[in-house]
Amino acid sequence: MAATIATASPRSPAGGLPRDQLIELYYWMRLTRSLEERLVNLYRQTKVVGGLFRSLGQEACAVGSAYALRREDVLSPLIRNLGSMLVKGASPVEVIRQYMAKGDSPTRGRELNIHFGDVVDRNFVGQISHLGDMVPVMAGVTLSFKMRKQARVGLVYVGDGATSTGAFHEGINLAAVQRCPLVVIVENNRYAYSTPTEQQCAAERLADKAAGYGIAGARADGNDVLEVYRVTREAVDRARRGEGVTLLELMTYRRKGHAEHDNQSYVPSGEIERWASENDPLDRYLKTLTETEGVGPDELVALDARVTAEIDRATDEAEASPPPEALDALEGVYADPERMPVLWYREGVRSAVDRHERPSSWGTHDG
Amino acid sequence: MAEVTYLEAIRQALFEEMERDPDVFCLGEDIGKYGGAFKVTDGLLDRFGAARVIDTPISETGFVGAAAGAAHMGMRPVCEMQFIDFLSCAYSILTNYVATARYRAFLPCPMVVRGPSGGYVRGGPFHSQNPEAAFLHTPGLKIVYPATAADAKGLLKAAIRDEDCVLFFEHKYLYRRIKQELPQGDHVVPLGKARLAREGKDLSIITYAATVWKALEAAEQLEREDGLSVEVLDLRSLLPMDDDAIAATVKKTNRVLIVHEDTVTGGIAGEITARIQDLAFEWLDAPVKRVAAHDVPLPYAPQLEDFVLPQTTDIVRAARWVAAY
Repeated sequence: MAATIATASPRSPAGGLPRDQLIELYYWMRLTRSLEERLVNLYRQTKVVGGLFRSLGQEACAVGSAYALRREDVLSPLIRNLGSMLVKGASPVEVIRQYMAKGDSPTRGRELNIHFGDVVDRNFVGQISHLGDMVPVMAGVTLSFKMRKQARVGLVYVGDGATSTGAFHEGINLAAVQRCPLVVIVENNRYAYSTPTEQQCAAERLADKAAGYGIAGARADGNDVLEVYRVTREAVDRARRGEGVTLLELMTYRRKGHAEHDNQSYVPSGEIERWASENDPLDRYLKTLTETEGVGPDELVALDARVTAEIDRATDEAEASPPPEALDALEGVYADPERMPVLWYREGVRSAVDRHERPSSWGTHDG
Repeated sequence: MAEVTYLEAIRQALFEEMERDPDVFCLGEDIGKYGGAFKVTDGLLDRFGAARVIDTPISETGFVGAAAGAAHMGMRPVCEMQFIDFLSCAYSILTNYVATARYRAFLPCPMVVRGPSGGYVRGGPFHSQNPEAAFLHTPGLKIVYPATAADAKGLLKAAIRDEDCVLFFEHKYLYRRIKQELPQGDHVVPLGKARLAREGKDLSIITYAATVWKALEAAEQLEREDGLSVEVLDLRSLLPMDDDAIAATVKKTNRVLIVHEDTVTGGIAGEITARIQDLAFEWLDAPVKRVAAHDVPLPYAPQLEDFVLPQTTDIVRAARWVAAY
């Protein structure tokens, strides 16, 4: 029988964290939300080259869980974990450069949105779009910690949708058998693109899957940042003590579409508004800070101003960044050879097109 | 010095690399206590322990993904596919995650995925495959398919030391049939270099893996019966491919036959043909021809398998056609 972490235990006032850390949690959630709002502006100005993904309403899941890690621990974010990456050391300017496909973005324009990482210093891994694949990868990352007897922990996020994939199953099962120091967080935000969770899985609680893998499992309120921090911290401590994998299901709600283009026509009317007014993670946490920590309006205004200033500065820096050099496209597929050859028809040409080559007549030519 | 089988050469490479570098470790199905379905990893568990010789659940995506994660952290994993037919179970994570890791995220991914491949063994549709062409089309992977025991050892050592992911195909028909004395010392064969298996001047056969031996058999027969001097080029590495060696043999003999055991449509022979046409079109005195497997799943019965796969007599017949053109 798998061990189960109780989720209803009374917590110490405000999670037992000192005041400055409690305020820091608010800062990371505020930064996440405001940075995404800035990205929406840039998207509407067509400065974001590709799609835009929001985590509105899920900031507590991302921030509270990542906050339970140490710098040397490795985090594997998913598309709605901008907040986790910021906590782990990603900077707003990196994120904006990445969305704007700049040459000095973390992936030098090779990848989109928050698909980037740093396993040398800040320790988060660049994700791919294939859902579930990061679970086996993180099984291996944490297997290496075990093999090298390092006291490090891994944290990987999946959504409710990814729990249906084979990669999720193979990865978590392998990690469980090997007792890897890994925490798997299922962010249950009720929708995988347009598909509701009950069409994804017949089990009522995704956390119950833990029993099938012989690992610890728990479900928690994902919109309560202190609760998220507490359950993740417990799981992280267990992993660090060598007690193996934990599966955490964080209950939350995706208030925006799959991406910015998605009009959410599949959502029952009133549902989004209800979550926004009754269960917003920032509103809820502000209430806690005000009531239990005596955080006043002056402090909050100053904090919001700090966030805005940071994002303004990051936006200016990112806008001034150069685009990539076209020939950089051929670099670094392999360590050896360092560069792939230019094809014969492109010999001596520095870029593919002189100006943006997408004539409005495409598709309308009649011969 | 004693002769060593192709299989024993692979085992030697694993032993020597694990001795040399504590970051090298093996993972796969039944590779520990049982020593692997073909006993390639026999003895590794006793020598290196369960932490470095890991029996995994039946989950190719799981352990290939885990190998990638460990490789990001500085380890050098060597995965065994029990049969290379099961490599397709890990196709997505190999092509989407592993192959792109360095390019998209600057993630180091030094790892090897190795396993028994190929037919002529009455293995049927799921224990005889040659899926190398399915991966040739993925930038970021490297592909090796040795024909000799010395190359099996030297190329595996190079693959383990390479900074990127190498798919290492081992031909199971050759495991215990091929024997030779191995070079002394730390024998490493560089990736991407072909081997001239036989010199000739009238016609070139470009091939790799088990059909190298069939091509050599055919070359002897053609010399004996037709007085033809046939050159045999063993590619050894398929990705990257040795264009210089291909161009050199074409310019020398001006007539080319490409032979492989994989099915003909979309097989690597098509790619080689295109390269020859780019590299040495004016040097050709005859059309480039292919001898490869018929486009069917590989059947079990000897009469069926033998008909589907290229045989020495097919190579002789095809070579005569090219020589006479």
